[in-house]
Amino acid sequence: MSEHFDAIVVGAGPAGNSAALVMAKAGLKVLQIERGETAGAKNVQGAILYADALERLIPEFRDEAPLERHVVEQRVWLLDERSHTGAHYRSDDFNEDRPNRYTILRATFDQWFAAKVREAGALQITDTTVTELVRDEGGRVIGVETDRDGAPLYADVVVLGEGVNGLVGQRAGVRPELDPQHVALAVKETIFLSEEAVQDRFNLDGEDEGVVIEVMGSVSAGMVGTGFLYTNRESISLGVGCLLSDFQETQIPAYVLLDRMKSHPSIAPLIRDGETKEYVAHLIPEGGYDAIPNLSGDGWAIVGDAGQFVNSAHREGSNLAMTTGRLAGETVAALKREGLACNEANLKRYRHALEQSFVMKDLKKYRRLPGVLHGNKHLLTAYPRAISQAMQTFLRVDDVDKRSKERRMMSQFRAARGGWWNVFTDALKMARAWR
Amino acid sequence: MDAVFDHDTDPEDPGRRGLNLVVCIKQVPDSAQIRVHPVTNTIMRQGVPTIINPYDLFALEEAMRLRDQYGGEVTVLSMGPPMAEEALRRALGLGADKAVLITDRRFAGADTLATSYALASALAKLGAERPIDVVFTGKQTIDGDTAQVGPGVARRLGLNQLTYVAAIDLLDRATGEIVVRRRAEGGLQVLSSRLPCLVTVLEGVNEIRRGSIEDMLRAARAEVTVWSAADAGIEDPQQCGLKGSPTLVKRVFAPTPREESAEMVAVDGKRPAQIADAVLDLVFAHAPKLETELGAAPSEKERR
Ligand SMILES: Cc1cc2nc3c(=O)[nH]c(=O)nc-3n(C[C@H](O)[C@H](O)[C@H](O)COP(=O)(O)OP(=O)(O)OC[C@H]3O[C@@H](n4cnc5c(N)ncnc54)[C@H](O)[C@@H]3O)c2cc1C
Repeated sequence: MSEHFDAIVVGAGPAGNSAALVMAKAGLKVLQIERGETAGAKNVQGAILYADALERLIPEFRDEAPLERHVVEQRVWLLDERSHTGAHYRSDDFNEDRPNRYTILRATFDQWFAAKVREAGALQITDTTVTELVRDEGGRVIGVETDRDGAPLYADVVVLGEGVNGLVGQRAGVRPELDPQHVALAVKETIFLSEEAVQDRFNLDGEDEGVVIEVMGSVSAGMVGTGFLYTNRESISLGVGCLLSDFQETQIPAYVLLDRMKSHPSIAPLIRDGETKEYVAHLIPEGGYDAIPNLSGDGWAIVGDAGQFVNSAHREGSNLAMTTGRLAGETVAALKREGLACNEANLKRYRHALEQSFVMKDLKKYRRLPGVLHGNKHLLTAYPRAISQAMQTFLRVDDVDKRSKERRMMSQFRAARGGWWNVFTDALKMARAWR
Repeated sequence: MDAVFDHDTDPEDPGRRGLNLVVCIKQVPDSAQIRVHPVTNTIMRQGVPTIINPYDLFALEEAMRLRDQYGGEVTVLSMGPPMAEEALRRALGLGADKAVLITDRRFAGADTLATSYALASALAKLGAERPIDVVFTGKQTIDGDTAQVGPGVARRLGLNQLTYVAAIDLLDRATGEIVVRRRAEGGLQVLSSRLPCLVTVLEGVNEIRRGSIEDMLRAARAEVTVWSAADAGIEDPQQCGLKGSPTLVKRVFAPTPREESAEMVAVDGKRPAQIADAVLDLVFAHAPKLETELGAAPSEKERR
């Protein structure tokens, strides 16, 4: 005799944890199944945690969650081979009682989050991979099979929070195979430094303040991609990611890209003498709004990365995972409360709730961006170099008069893109993509 | 303490329900992932995942095989901080039937002497509830490497100890006899002992099973019994933890890393024998002494 649950959640990342937490809190009988030895064992993120999405689930998280530093300063750097042009924003306003962004280490964070899910009453098993969805004769999803001996496990609804490369959904035909143009490959290192070194090098006051650096330009070697550097308490997270299709085309190994980034003259001094503790690679969904698959059907729903929920323009993913997980969980809980079935028609409420939220609004806003960047890679190479040249012309003091310098800067800029018309259309494309 | 292992006085199990086996396990940091702090030279345990001491898994599997063969139940017992409950739960997921954690502030800083005292007390208590047939431990732990706790427990409980056991050949409940093979220097010993006894299991003698989905669900639901020092029947707190530990750690230091002297070499040759010869030539070029030593030994053929 096999057991029956109200809901089975696949995966214990932020999406699965949020869905399971909400449903367990609503009194549903929830089983959560995670492939890793522990929750978070293999999960990868930069990682910036956006407080708001988590606060809606666990209001008191700041007192309990393993957080590294709250972000007081944001830097955006345009890199060419030897220089960076940057914009920094730092504000003491970010030293507030309830900071908005934190750096975290996913392995420890996910374990904490998963423990909260257990506390809420969900049954959780790890080191177990869901292999198949089980359907009845009518095609309705009624449970899952795992890689362990034993009978299938049954539930009214299966919530797939299995991450970007969700094979269960793919095998069951509820979501398409990943398109290399719709996913980035990111590699990341965690580099150990003493707390004092982190604070000195990034101008931080104490063990709680942190800095975020996003980099664009030569780090992606002409591919569509970006790099990042985040400060943790006693380490630096540093990584770079580009579209998988670009990696396939250029044949540049990802670790070469990362090594180059680490040896860039603007970055090398920040990580000097650090000891690399961890090297990881992971995929990031980048397809945006148009790549979102069907989100629910008879007895199933998809949350988080498995549903392509990443806003790459703003580097948001975990918050979308938490929000989609929460909304799916709330939908199922409401259906249960009302005595309604988790069938295709009723689960559409989940998509509806998403459309009302920032999740779909934001992804819709940037739906053109992936296409524009893909078709206009020079945006990430020509401009950083032109800007760097212009800065040098402007800053070097010599016997050239200022008006001539301005003229030279303008012509360098024009030359970088082969004429003003191209600069104009680039600006237009970016503006439309951003609108 | 001997009497608690006496089956004949067991009111609950006059007809012998099956074996009562207890496996002592320890939660240890995954040594493959430990780093030494580059500045302070201390071991960084933070964020290092924990595992069940790998040697203990061989003991657990051996115990579960006996259970599967003769019936009965396997209890896992651990002394450790509250988070060691995780290791016990993992053991339940692997197929153990019951789990007991003894945890107390007073246990902190225990060396092997104090640890064996606490474990022996808990075993005596368990044995009073229902007589134990065999106590199992791993050969040693990967974080201490002493191999003293098992023998210490046996001594305290007055049990025969069978260490470095590679196989259990026989367990006869009627005659109360166990026969094991023990790896010793220079060969295998076949030893027989009366029950109850303590067995420390060698590595590599079996492969830990993967629990079924039912095991996992049972483990997720199971209540791990948590005992304080007092609950475990510990009479003398002076013998626990740091107080009961005569061992002094004089100094902790990071070993200087060995110089990497590996070298990639390309050798010519198509047939395996040719390649082997080429490799040997290279090895001998590096270590001329080796050649004379090996040359002195008779080859396989010559010996025959
Ligand atoms: C390098 C990098 C940097 C990033 N930086 C940020 C950032 O700074 N901020 C941000 O908000 N987002 C960031 N993201 C994105 C963010 O990590 C993801 O959006 C988020 O982790 C998605 O959560 P999820 O729960 O959907 O998936 P995941 O976190 O991938 O979790 C999926 C879980 O499901 C489990 N699983 C998969 N298949 C099965 C199966 N068959 N059976 C059982 N379990 C299964 C996995 O083991 C995993 O635990 C980054 C991503 C990367 C790769």
